[in-house]
Amino acid sequence: MNAAKPRPQKQKSLAKRLMNVIKPANSLNRSVGGDIVLLIVMLVFATFSAYPMVFIISNAFKPFNELFIFPPQLFVRNPTLDNFIDLINLMADSWIPLTRYVFNTLLITVVGTVGHVVLASMAAYPLAKHTFKGSEALSKIIVYSLMFNASVTAIPGYVIMTRLGLIDTYLAIILPAFAFSLGLYLMKNFMVQIPTVYIESAYIDGGNHFQIFWKIVMPLVKPAWLTLTILSFQALWGATGGQYIYDESLKPLSYALSQIAGGGIGRTGVVAAISLFMMTVPVIIFVLSQASIIQTMAHSGIKE
Amino acid sequence: MQLSHDKPSREQKRLARKIEFHKNKELYVLMFPYFSLFFVFTVLPVAVSLVLAFTYFNVLEMPTWAGWENYRKLFFEDDVFMVAIKNTVLFAVVTGPIGYFAAFLFAWFVNELKPKIRAVMTLIFYAPSISGGAYIIWRLLFSGDMYGYLNAFLINLGITTEPIQWLQNPTYIPIIIILVQLWMSLGVSFLAFVAGLQSVDRTLYEAAAVDGIKNRWQELWFITLPSMKPQLMFSAVIQITSSLAISEVAMQVAGFPSVENAGHTIVTHLIYHGSIAFELGYASAIATLLFFVMLGSNLLVQKMLRRVGT
Repeated sequence: MNAAKPRPQKQKSLAKRLMNVIKPANSLNRSVGGDIVLLIVMLVFATFSAYPMVFIISNAFKPFNELFIFPPQLFVRNPTLDNFIDLINLMADSWIPLTRYVFNTLLITVVGTVGHVVLASMAAYPLAKHTFKGSEALSKIIVYSLMFNASVTAIPGYVIMTRLGLIDTYLAIILPAFAFSLGLYLMKNFMVQIPTVYIESAYIDGGNHFQIFWKIVMPLVKPAWLTLTILSFQALWGATGGQYIYDESLKPLSYALSQIAGGGIGRTGVVAAISLFMMTVPVIIFVLSQASIIQTMAHSGIKE
Repeated sequence: MQLSHDKPSREQKRLARKIEFHKNKELYVLMFPYFSLFFVFTVLPVAVSLVLAFTYFNVLEMPTWAGWENYRKLFFEDDVFMVAIKNTVLFAVVTGPIGYFAAFLFAWFVNELKPKIRAVMTLIFYAPSISGGAYIIWRLLFSGDMYGYLNAFLINLGITTEPIQWLQNPTYIPIIIILVQLWMSLGVSFLAFVAGLQSVDRTLYEAAAVDGIKNRWQELWFITLPSMKPQLMFSAVIQITSSLAISEVAMQVAGFPSVENAGHTIVTHLIYHGSIAFELGYASAIATLLFFVMLGSNLLVQKMLRRVGT
């Protein structure tokens, strides 16, 4: 009986199959016309979003003559690694080797990020799961601190750094990064949803707050760690050290990038190569942790 | 277990008191490292800035009291500051709301897709804001010679014969800065929206369909937006703060200083007086002003958003 029946699923047209791929996950209250309009609008803007990135990727692999043909081409025809080799040679000739900039950026980024995740989590646990004298006020200050950014505190920040003797040290970038307020805010909101029963029962079993924090709370907020990691990583990865670091050998990689980029049109290929490197690392980290980040951001809202 | 939580017994009350007594010390210890750094690098600078704004301070000598002089100069003698305010307001008013709505709109579009494609589209829209200095590429796209990609395109089409100096022309500079800023505007707020949309209670949509909601727009207005109020408020904060602080993109794309100050903002004005002219008192007055503008506009918008759906 079954074999005699025609199987309509097998004769799906290409259009139908395509629709199936892009079909909305939620089909309530959705018209096909609306879906198509929406997809077209989305593709137009996705192209706008992706075009410059594709351009960087393509330019990074273009040989010298292809970078300067008229009219310029988006895609590379004869890909080569010349630009990367040039980049390494260029940096080898410079006073500070490229590896030194890479080391500086890695050190700042890794130490800053790990410290931020640990310290912000430590501070988030009391604020999220307990009420005590000052807890309300501290939570409020954190929300207010999201309402202005580092540009406001740059000048007095410099004065304070000078007083603390932190100018020309890695700590000038790392210490403020530890206390990045968006991270604490997101971590706190994520911790709020941990059932209080877990904490109370651990307390009754004789655990102190350090143990509860480390053994019970921290394993439950893994998605939030990853979110804090990527946000802090991005900020530190792009840090130029600007007004705090003057010693050339302590400057991070993105400073070197801006210096090379300032070198004019002849450096077009090299700039693309280093830009590609700078953007690849955060993008990869985001791809690997996207699901956790979305899970954390679901709790990002400001409650009344 | 659940029931006993509603009505604490005497035994539990006693335990609660005991917990209350013991917990605080350890909690303060846990918070100490973060908050001491937070106070030194965020709260203290705001306070120092408030005070320095009333002084003349050039780093080398001790600050001397100047009263309201810095503010008076700022508003009555500094023509460049007026340009900076004009540009900042223009950039903020355009990129703030558009960036905010775009972040929501694209999050909403992306949410319609199946999980795998959704992840890819999220990456495409989010990538510009995390790719470090990648926006430098826009300098090449708008480069003033015929290798600039826009120029090459226009010459090829025969629209112009001469390459246009995009980044040296005060008419085009603000438009280009706004464009690049919008390109990068789907950041943390976009992720908050994507996440918020996924956590809206599905049964609400089903109930709405039964109750006579006919299309996706009605569904958006009556169900989705009201359930996302906390994310709407969070993203507004992020968007307002960043759109008032536009500086890095302006300096990298249009140069610093830019032609006829067409890319000059309050923050670049602050950077000029703080890091180049070493007038720290004056720069602090600018910073203090910016602090109140940011805080004020945020609190105002929070008040407005709070009224959504009430």
